[in-house]
Amino acid sequence: MISTAEFTIKTERLAVGYSKFPIVSDISLSMQPGELLVLIGTNGSGKSTILKTLAGLLQPVNGDLEILGAATGSLPKRVAYLPQHPVSTHTLPLRVRDVVAMGRFAHLGLFKKPTTHDNQIVESSMRLTGIESQANDPIRDLSGGQQQRTHLAQVLTRQAEVLLLDEPTAGLDINGRKLVADLIASERARGVTVVMATHELQDAESANTVMLLAQRVVSIGKPEVALRDEYLRECFGFTQPH
Amino acid sequence: MFIEPFANNEFLRLSLVAGILVAFTCAIAGTFVVLRGLAFIGDALAHGVLPGIATAMLLGVSGVIGAAVGSLVMMAGVSVVSRRFRLSGDTAIGLLFVGMLALGVMITSRSRTFVGDLSRILFGELLGVNSGDLVLQFVALVIVAVVAFIARRPFLLLCVDEGLAKTSGFSSRLFQNLMLMIVAITVIASFQTVGTLLVLGMLIAPAATGALFARRISTVMLIASLVGSISTYVGLLISYHFDLAAGASIVLTTVLIFAAAATYTEIKKAIADNSHEEHEHPHSHAGSHVR
Repeated sequence: MISTAEFTIKTERLAVGYSKFPIVSDISLSMQPGELLVLIGTNGSGKSTILKTLAGLLQPVNGDLEILGAATGSLPKRVAYLPQHPVSTHTLPLRVRDVVAMGRFAHLGLFKKPTTHDNQIVESSMRLTGIESQANDPIRDLSGGQQQRTHLAQVLTRQAEVLLLDEPTAGLDINGRKLVADLIASERARGVTVVMATHELQDAESANTVMLLAQRVVSIGKPEVALRDEYLRECFGFTQPH
Repeated sequence: MFIEPFANNEFLRLSLVAGILVAFTCAIAGTFVVLRGLAFIGDALAHGVLPGIATAMLLGVSGVIGAAVGSLVMMAGVSVVSRRFRLSGDTAIGLLFVGMLALGVMITSRSRTFVGDLSRILFGELLGVNSGDLVLQFVALVIVAVVAFIARRPFLLLCVDEGLAKTSGFSSRLFQNLMLMIVAITVIASFQTVGTLLVLGMLIAPAATGALFARRISTVMLIASLVGSISTYVGLLISYHFDLAAGASIVLTTVLIFAAAATYTEIKKAIADNSHEEHEHPHSHAGSHVR
């Protein structure tokens, strides 16, 4: 087994996929506290599959993977995952505040009662994502962007050391995108490791590492290396304007 | 007219208490059936117990034991078929559902009182409950309530997003099975009162009514309990005064209450949308007057 004493995420020859069928293979990387890894690729390129594997929702097909020195899925208090959310059509018109508070369940388990501290975290997460004025509204009545802010707030309430974000800017306007960028920056400043999947090349500007995907790792490295024209052409069929 | 039937008839009082116990149990389990989208498996469980009950009747054993065995076979069967044969859950449930129902009817047809037995299993015998049945229903209610209270957080997460339950540290398989278990206990405990066919109505209609108004799971359960209890009372009165089947009268009342509640919320929403539109575009109305 690999040792991850100084790494928050470490993979060696990791293959991810469904059942025994790999979608992306041979992923080797290591991340330290405060670093940002951005996964970029077209639909079906394997971004979400990597994030689901890191979150413990899928078993690795092959290779080694450790998060915070442990197996995936074993540290729910320290790892938070934001999936791609379809627009909410819940039968129950859950309030925004209650959806955000679910982020604390990993800390509360079955029996602990939420404390004032837990409630403060919920309020501050809603404030940070700009959703506090909708706190008592049913989530299914909100716009797609407001729902996304609610789910982001839920992830922040986990107060995790590793954030796994699957297209966190989906459905957000320009202000929302800036808000996500600022949130990621402030989380990184307090030592949180962030892995983010996105379609947007500009989301990669502040990353330590970028992984370009097309059902395989096309390139991996610093943004200026991983996003070279030849790799972008290989991945998307076009290059970005200079 | 409203109180006298219960004051004068002990069997009606027993039926009312049994019906209210069933209403409370169904309110708790039914809330998760509605919010997690388990109506089909709930239906399948309700019918899957049929061969168990029929066999128990033929052997002279308690129908409750037969129902428990039937529901266990049904749950295990669905799990095995969907995992081993890579079929969708719905297909697996559908296969087991019709298979168990057919088996139940075949076993019951061996009985000399075939129609009577089948009718008793499918539609219940609320007016024939005794104090032993009440004890069983009370125990079932306590078990269902305790499990739902302990597992309230993972159950809520499962109703919202199964992945969120997993990444929050709760075993989705364990809690999904626990959820199915409380549905099965509810079906087993309720079949004598409303029958295996009508228990689904008590599981779904009151909880669906609650979900129209509530924003929290506990409030859905509270509304569902009230709707179920009122339906029991009204259904028994209808049954008494018009000489109609008790279980069916109760279930039909719950469905009618849901229909009334759904109509009310739709009208309220339409009025709200209309006034919102008027507030947003006051000039468009002025323009139409000029024309």
